[in-house]
Amino acid sequence: MSEKFDVIVVGAGASGNAAAYTLAKSGLKVLQLERGETSGAKNVQGAILYADALERIIPDFREEAPLERHIIEQRMWVMDERSYVGSHFRSDDFNKPPYNRYTIIRAKFDKWFSDKVKEAGALVICETTVKTLLRDDAGKVIGVEVDRIDGKIYADLVILADGVNSTLARKAGFRPELDPKHVALAVKEIHFLPKDVIESRFNIQDEEGVVIEMMGKITHGMMGTGFLYTNSDSISVGVGCLLSDFMTQKITPYQLLEQLKAHPSVAPMLEGGEMKEYAAHLIPEGGYHAIPQIYGDGWMIVGDSGMFVNAVHREGSNLAMTTGRIAAETAIELGRAGKAMSAANLALYRKRLDDSFVIKDLKKYKDLPELLDNNKQFLTTYPELLNRSAYAMLKVDGEDKRSKQKDIYRGFRAERSLFGLLGDAYKLWRAFR
Amino acid sequence: MSDKAVSIKVEDKLYQNRYLVDAERPHIQIKDEALCASCTTRQCTVCCPAGCYEGAADKVVLTTDGCLECGTCRVICTTHRNVEWEYPRGGYGIQFKFG
Ligand SMILES: Cc1cc2nc3c(=O)[nH]c(=O)nc-3n(C[C@H](O)[C@H](O)[C@H](O)COP(=O)(O)OP(=O)(O)OC[C@H]3O[C@@H](n4cnc5c(N)ncnc54)[C@H](O)[C@@H]3O)c2cc1C
Ligand code: SF4
Ligand code: SF4
Repeated sequence: MSEKFDVIVVGAGASGNAAAYTLAKSGLKVLQLERGETSGAKNVQGAILYADALERIIPDFREEAPLERHIIEQRMWVMDERSYVGSHFRSDDFNKPPYNRYTIIRAKFDKWFSDKVKEAGALVICETTVKTLLRDDAGKVIGVEVDRIDGKIYADLVILADGVNSTLARKAGFRPELDPKHVALAVKEIHFLPKDVIESRFNIQDEEGVVIEMMGKITHGMMGTGFLYTNSDSISVGVGCLLSDFMTQKITPYQLLEQLKAHPSVAPMLEGGEMKEYAAHLIPEGGYHAIPQIYGDGWMIVGDSGMFVNAVHREGSNLAMTTGRIAAETAIELGRAGKAMSAANLALYRKRLDDSFVIKDLKKYKDLPELLDNNKQFLTTYPELLNRSAYAMLKVDGEDKRSKQKDIYRGFRAERSLFGLLGDAYKLWRAFR
Repeated sequence: MSDKAVSIKVEDKLYQNRYLVDAERPHIQIKDEALCASCTTRQCTVCCPAGCYEGAADKVVLTTDGCLECGTCRVICTTHRNVEWEYPRGGYGIQFKFG
């Protein structure tokens, strides 16, 4: 291919599709390269879609995007081996359109998004892995080399939307190797069940959906969470933990998932379902401190490749779409002003992210990953004590409630000193505040 | 997560997946077998979600056919940095139907 493009976008996930769509829509000559058979063939997500980020790109997406269920109920479970203490929030307000959150199935969703990118006028080539970035003598990125014959393609700007592993950014030295402390490994399965079974099991109807987030002893003391989401006629169930924790354990990721599925509170929800796929993927969870340099001469980084995930709120795809859109808008603006795609000019991208919810939110929780990593009692001791306490208070066995309360209090004190408890409460409050 | 141990063969899970294997062209390679022989942690044999790494007495055997392309093995091999990791050629490898 001897043609030259205005922009090459590497990757057709959430961030790449957002960028390519926005760029093509403005009339730029855009090439998007994806290694999967189609957009979505390599991508894994829970998956919850946050409407706002997509709405800013495709306002009427609800009319045609493949959406599973809009979420009307959120459950949070703190678990030990046999029980959970949960909070459920359900509101009819979530039933008023336009809905705010949906469950999706990434392979289907990405294919749809990719069709929109093509409609907008971009050239999308799948089944093509980009091997390296092409650079001139001064180091400026001038194109990419792909794994096909005649594989050099040139552009004024290359946007790296190549996901958490970003072989390209690593090889180019834009980003170091991932730190095991900064990434989680998630494994998940999809189980198919008749629509009406899901609806009666979860007390929902029509397109309503329920999501469950789980923490506690299900992760064996590792920093991580489990999840279970309702789709139209299937359930997504998975668990993810930091790699630094997996490294010091003897439990395999699939054993961990199997144990979660066998938990007495989880198993009945999956009962009778047919498992049709097992997937695994990394999630960048290093937060604010882990964000690398995200622009330079002739290049920008968007989405997971730039570590843009808010692990506390399980938001990733929306940050991916937003960084993709803002990177595209920055390029469009520079192009219109006749300015070069130089590092100095592309700094505008970072500035805009700083002013957006993306960086503001990541900054807010910048110390939380470290805090939880150094305080494993939040993941093991407390969930267990909480469950034991709930059990003791609810069991009617002739013992008076005040004595039970005393026992519970003693239980907490035995595991942790009073100063420890107060300190923990303070630390948690500081981090979430 | 009951008290009884849940045993599971990862092959049963991978069997549900769709792959297009690039025969004879593994996308991941162990750089130096001798390093694995002396590796004390061998965490690749525990952490790989597809069970691609199998420990033997004097080496670790890697079979990439069931690989989910997650990147874990590369990131966790911190002591020896002994994993040469690339994506498969375009179109090959895992083909998620749902993702
Ligand atoms: C189990 C799990 C649950 C999650 N749940 C949620 C959730 O509920 N809500 C949420 O908002 N986020 C969630 N996330 C995070 C979310 O999935 C990611 O943040 C989002 O997918 C990032 O989008 P991206 O475009 O940056 O990367 P990706 O979606 O990973 O896309 C990268 C693309 O680049 C392609 N690519 C990579 N390298 C090359 C190359 N060299 N050549 C060509 N193509 C290449 C890949 O094939 C891929 O299509 C979850 C993640 C996981 C793993
Ligand atoms: S962790 Fe690395 S060095 Fe150790 S056995 Fe595995 S691949 Fe070899
Ligand atoms: S990339 Fe993931 S699935 Fe593939 S061999 Fe490495 S750890 Fe296993």
